[in-house]
Amino acid sequence: MTFPKLLKKQAATIAAGKSALRQKGLGIWQSYSWQQYADNVRTLALGLHSLGFGTGEKLAILGNNRPESLFAEIAAQSVSGIAVSLYHDSTPQEVADALGKFDVSFVIAEDQEQVDKLLDMRDRLPKLYRIVYVKKRGMRKYHDDLLVSLAAVQELGSALGDQQPELFEQLVAAGNPDDTAIICLTSGTTGAPKGAMLSHRDLITMSLAFNEADPKQERDEYVSLLPLAWFGEQLMSVAAPLIAGYTVNFPEKQETAMADLREIGPHIMLSPPKVWESIATSVRVRMMDSTPFKKFMFNTFLPIGERYADCVLTGIAPPVSLVIGRFFADLLLFRALRDRLGLSHVRSALSGGASLGSNVFRFYHAIGVNLKQLYGQTEIAGITCMHRNGDVRGTTVGSPLPGTEIRIDEHGEVLSKSAGLFKGYYGDAEATRQVLTADGWLRSGDAGHLDQHGHLTITDRINDVLTVADGSTFSAQQIENNLRFSPYISEAVVFGGSGIPLVALIGITSRVVGKWAGDNKLSYMTFADLTSRSEVIELIAGEVNRANASMPEQARIVRFAIIYKELDADEGELTRTGTVRKATIGTLYKDLIDALHEGAETVAIDTNIEFPDGKTGHIKTTVAIRTA
Amino acid sequence: MVQLSCSNIQLNFGGVRALSGVSFEVFQGEIFAIIGPNGAGKSSMLNCISGLYHPQQGKVMYEGQDVTKLPPYERTKRGIARSFQNIALFKGMSVIDNLMIGRHLHQHAGLISGGLYYGPAQAEETRHREYCEEIIEFLEIQSIRKSIVGTLAYGFQKRVELARALALEPKLLLLDEPMAGMNLEETEDMVRFILETNEARGITIIMIEHDMGVVMDISNSVCVLDFGKKIAGGTPEQVQQDPNVIKAYLGDEDLEEP
Repeated sequence: MTFPKLLKKQAATIAAGKSALRQKGLGIWQSYSWQQYADNVRTLALGLHSLGFGTGEKLAILGNNRPESLFAEIAAQSVSGIAVSLYHDSTPQEVADALGKFDVSFVIAEDQEQVDKLLDMRDRLPKLYRIVYVKKRGMRKYHDDLLVSLAAVQELGSALGDQQPELFEQLVAAGNPDDTAIICLTSGTTGAPKGAMLSHRDLITMSLAFNEADPKQERDEYVSLLPLAWFGEQLMSVAAPLIAGYTVNFPEKQETAMADLREIGPHIMLSPPKVWESIATSVRVRMMDSTPFKKFMFNTFLPIGERYADCVLTGIAPPVSLVIGRFFADLLLFRALRDRLGLSHVRSALSGGASLGSNVFRFYHAIGVNLKQLYGQTEIAGITCMHRNGDVRGTTVGSPLPGTEIRIDEHGEVLSKSAGLFKGYYGDAEATRQVLTADGWLRSGDAGHLDQHGHLTITDRINDVLTVADGSTFSAQQIENNLRFSPYISEAVVFGGSGIPLVALIGITSRVVGKWAGDNKLSYMTFADLTSRSEVIELIAGEVNRANASMPEQARIVRFAIIYKELDADEGELTRTGTVRKATIGTLYKDLIDALHEGAETVAIDTNIEFPDGKTGHIKTTVAIRTA
Repeated sequence: MVQLSCSNIQLNFGGVRALSGVSFEVFQGEIFAIIGPNGAGKSSMLNCISGLYHPQQGKVMYEGQDVTKLPPYERTKRGIARSFQNIALFKGMSVIDNLMIGRHLHQHAGLISGGLYYGPAQAEETRHREYCEEIIEFLEIQSIRKSIVGTLAYGFQKRVELARALALEPKLLLLDEPMAGMNLEETEDMVRFILETNEARGITIIMIEHDMGVVMDISNSVCVLDFGKKIAGGTPEQVQQDPNVIKAYLGDEDLEEP
């Protein structure tokens, strides 16, 4: 099977009244049936074909998640081409790098903003042949041979379809399941993102196994919130619906995503820990601002929920008194809270892509959201392990999917193998060799272990596992997650170990700390100024001490400093899905980290930074080092 | 084609002469800027066009008709809409309700059918809501559609004010300092919206603006007022080099700040 063939099958079998995709436009959810989905793919595929796009060529998709992104992807595959999704917020340089690296000839660009990025970089892109733009707004004054509108391409396609009605079916029938379907960017937590080539067979095998482990139904709703360039979103928005037939909803705008999520009330969700953390933080922030009565309710019932969750997550039957308490807590608080968050209907809430803090995990189970962790790599078409319903354990990432084997090698590294294993990195055979063992296992770079229930537990990146003073090993991730549970702390990066005391760089949540400063009549000028206030340092010290208290003696933070700017993906400090790139932080903030290790009292910072809008600024500040 | 012509406008407040003998012509589809130092009479001029003030002398001709004596609502019916320097929205109402009020002019359902929300009234409401939603999309304010205006940030309120003016379906749009008090990014957005409004919707725009960079960038013609008198007019390039303008802005000697 290939995706275009699957789409044809879905269009033929699923009732016409059932939505395949929905996009909010003009304030109303506009829906596409499976037949409309297939028709759009057909005209677009034929249009691309008549413009000369063919076997093995690459089509890049640059823009926000929209139905058109999916049409383009399946259309490219219909003519045996390959789709590459890029992050919509990539800089022009990043776009040019990716397009050059993957030999892209066609790009579907969402709007003027994306077209501008491409035109800026056209000198570097000799292979670029056509830019197909989706939204016409602002494009009147562009007269470039490269540019063509999506509507025009689809018109070409439907004209060709009228002339040769059999052509599309022939093109689709020629598709081979072992052809590369997508080139997916790897997360790039430890270096520049690479392009993993995944075939139709890889993706379909994975989706079937995923569906077996976590069954989905046609009447399920899903909201596409994360960039399609992230593998998790590819799986949930493109591949899995073509197997399971559920509806994918696209928010109106990025800013309305949370409100749209609540309107839909999805049954299934998959997000990286960052999103789950930020929702949990928003609840706690709103509680700070709330009426005494609501605070009382929250502070009374949440611990009941947490105790109940602790029992369930460790497999102990909760005592009757707790079951009764939890019933009332659910009735009076959790139900309303879930509704507010758009999580009323969620049956399967998944977290994957990075490690999730146990406090966040506990919070969701306390309020009755069935949050499950999953684990995997883009290179193996996504998921290798996940929690099953009724078998969710706080510290693990669940057990392997059907058809997936997991092995721990002699260094403690997690290796995996399945029929979904990728075909290699595009244009980088050396990197491919490095990541595969001689007998065909995929190296993860993560340290972990399997327990007697067959659950996998991930400790940390194998290079980041810390050896603390008494010689025992400890995970920096665990300490970082623990620190990040504080609503005031959005990022924590821990350095040290192997005899060196543990120190942390802390990024504050500007929204929350800013509000805290306002409430406490603390005036400040800039973000850098806010981070250097002694009151703020005291506040964070309190939070660090709280986190330390829950850790064994040898795994406590000795000193910390607050980062004077917000971490930014454009500077490579974060990945596009918001995970910290520890190595980059290590180089960029070397002075600060050295000072932390030495135990200096202050560090003078004098540096230039680039703001998100491309302007550069100058920061001159003094960062205090605080002993926890 | 001349859409609006003001000839020899004179406006007095008691003994104070706010405008004396101001004349200019605005062509269909252009962006026309009125500039000048504080107290030059720019807002008074705009008020004479919108009908808030009635000049003692002179004529305002709009699309070939004399509208000098017409009240503001009559001018609005003919296609003149405006935004205010100090935001004049219904602060306790949501953004969409503010816009729907802008559509009031075009709604014809009677008291009974409107009150019962039945039949044609319902269809009409849907049609107007759709029109408002298009403006919301155009100005990219989807995320605040249902927010109460009074709770919004200043930059958003300015945008809503523009949205409401657009909801009137104007042919001539008067903007009184649309960029005042905005940061750089908000200003850039606003400029983009004004240009789009002008180009894609073909609406003629008369605006008062202090940001000279913006004025010189986007306007087709400029009229400069000083102490109620027109001291220069023409394309931005002509105006920039006009000695009178330089004098008005910088003074004879370097005594005052620009």
